[in-house]
Amino acid sequence: MTDVLPKTHAATGAADGDPAAAGQPLLRIEGVAKTFGTFRAVDGVSLDIKAGEFFALLGPSGCGKTTLLRMLAGFEAPDEGRILLGGKDIASTMPHERPINMMFQNYALFPHLSVRDNIAFGLKRAGMARADIATRVAEMVALVKLDGLEKRKPDQLSGGQRQRVALARALARRPQLLLLDEPLAALDKKLRESTQAELMELQRRLGMTFIIVTHDQEEAMTMASRIGVMKSGKLAQVASPRELYEGPRSRWIAEFVGDVNVFDGEFKLRDGHRLVIATREAGTLVTAEPREPVGETRLSVAIRPEKVKLSRRAPVSEAGRETAINSLDGVIADICYLGGTTTYRVKLDTGGTVQASVVNSARLDVDAYSVNQNVVAWFTPDDCVVLQS
Amino acid sequence: MSSRRIFARPARFAAITPYVWMVLFFLVPFAFVLKISLSQTAIAQPPYDPVFDLTAGWETLKTALAALSIDNFRLLISDDIYVFAYVRSLTVAVTATALLLLIGYPIAYGMARLPKSWQAVAMVLVIVPFWTSFLIRIYAWINILQHDGLLNQILLTLHLVSQPVVWLSTDSAMYIGIVYSYLPFMILPLYATLAKMEPALEEAAGDLGAPPWQVFWLVTFPLSLPGVGAGVLLCFIPIVGEFVIPDLLAGSNSLMIGQTLWLEFFTNKDWPVASAAAIVLLVVLLAPLLLYERLQKRQLEQGR
Repeated sequence: MTDVLPKTHAATGAADGDPAAAGQPLLRIEGVAKTFGTFRAVDGVSLDIKAGEFFALLGPSGCGKTTLLRMLAGFEAPDEGRILLGGKDIASTMPHERPINMMFQNYALFPHLSVRDNIAFGLKRAGMARADIATRVAEMVALVKLDGLEKRKPDQLSGGQRQRVALARALARRPQLLLLDEPLAALDKKLRESTQAELMELQRRLGMTFIIVTHDQEEAMTMASRIGVMKSGKLAQVASPRELYEGPRSRWIAEFVGDVNVFDGEFKLRDGHRLVIATREAGTLVTAEPREPVGETRLSVAIRPEKVKLSRRAPVSEAGRETAINSLDGVIADICYLGGTTTYRVKLDTGGTVQASVVNSARLDVDAYSVNQNVVAWFTPDDCVVLQS
Repeated sequence: MSSRRIFARPARFAAITPYVWMVLFFLVPFAFVLKISLSQTAIAQPPYDPVFDLTAGWETLKTALAALSIDNFRLLISDDIYVFAYVRSLTVAVTATALLLLIGYPIAYGMARLPKSWQAVAMVLVIVPFWTSFLIRIYAWINILQHDGLLNQILLTLHLVSQPVVWLSTDSAMYIGIVYSYLPFMILPLYATLAKMEPALEEAAGDLGAPPWQVFWLVTFPLSLPGVGAGVLLCFIPIVGEFVIPDLLAGSNSLMIGQTLWLEFFTNKDWPVASAAAIVLLVVLLAPLLLYERLQKRQLEQGR
């Protein structure tokens, strides 16, 4: 079995070199299930999370990611399975007794308390001395850059400031595990991007373990060291962002995470490390052998748009290299200019269409293609991912 | 231009309606009562003096105005009967309101935590007594509380008492009647505030280490204060002036101000003293009313 990816690219989490965490995961989820009425929201999820990881639960709405997070916080009790924190089963522990804090989706700031009292709330419950509380609150206020706003009430703050208070409040108790439920969903795009960077920086600096729930694949890819993709209550794949993008385990994941061209076809023959697959819409394609052996004859070939190159003439195979380049003749059907890149939709002579994303590396458009122009779309076998249909 | 006028007119009419209402049904009657309170009782029709006759000319009106005095208000302060009546009214109102809050809060809290579909059912159950006349429901209580009434029968059957308890014409009966009648006015505003409270707030408090009783006292209760204020004032103000319930269920040895007013007006035919008592009651109640208004204003500002 060959890995699609070189090993060095796989992110392994920040816990490397921590001997205490190496043996035992911080959090172990074992066969956890939760049913609401007849709806199985979480359906047998097992997952290990190491100390210091930034883990993202990614999935469309209703996939069970929030229910799983709420079970970790203690707001829902699992019907089946165990949740172990540092080796201890916490499934029956009340939320207020768990060393876990959560940042709520709409922040859930206490409207009757000032910023300072919101942040101090958890510290007071822990029975911390007054002087220590004041020190810790000041520290948190500085950490999330809210200086000067301590006396404000939540309704006197902007959305971004409220988000910071919620983060400071959840971090103040220095939890073993911080849960973030769609923490950036209420922010506008610019603020979201800068906050993503700040969250990553904060997590690295504090060495804390973060689990974030999001439906936004870009957000998950940017921040997390590992991503668990959920679908219909099950974990569909757990992998680093790169593995997930370049080696999706199913067609659904390939389509959920980023854009992709998918061609359905049939297995024809194996030639060394190459498979030949006959597709209906793109003719015969040569692909690299998938990392997991494929049993069926019905297969799909997936290629990311940025892996598809365009040229006016068919590329010539380099001498001495064992490459059989897939090149497909077609006509530009439409052009979508996105600033940094341009996406071309090419109508293939074989009937299908393929999307090619081209980086606009030059300011002047001497290389740009125009609609109805004849082009060749080509990609290497290594850029193809073979999926079971 | 013409179309604008067509649309502007109903809008302007709607804007002045509350003022017209206030002047016609509050300020004008208030002026009448105030005038009567400054008059003297007389064996005449109407039973007070002076009577303003606007057709008799300016001079007569001037003598009539000069005849007005604040003697009735002096009487109210000097005579124990009235002072006691005011004190009793306020005591009953404070006690009953406290009981209402203690009983109403858990009910409202329970309702707000029911599944959405059950909340509507609970709401109907709270409101359903209003479909029967208030007076009939109080008479029903007389029936329940009498010597061989339902309550005594149950207590005797359960061997909780050995002989029938005297309920009627006691303060207990009056409090039962008041709490029963006013409970919806306490529950509904409390329920409204508790139901719209974000459940995540209580979860956040628990997540931050607060056990359930602290979640209640530090988050739920403080955030429900606007509802508590509304419920308390909606009950307190009318209970101070309550007449029917104490008259039918309580004993006759100590009267509330509403009953005293009735006595002066209908039995003693002393309209001026009754009017003065009403004016003082209004002034006494103005304080909580102003407080209520301030509370509402603050609630509006928070709602922004």
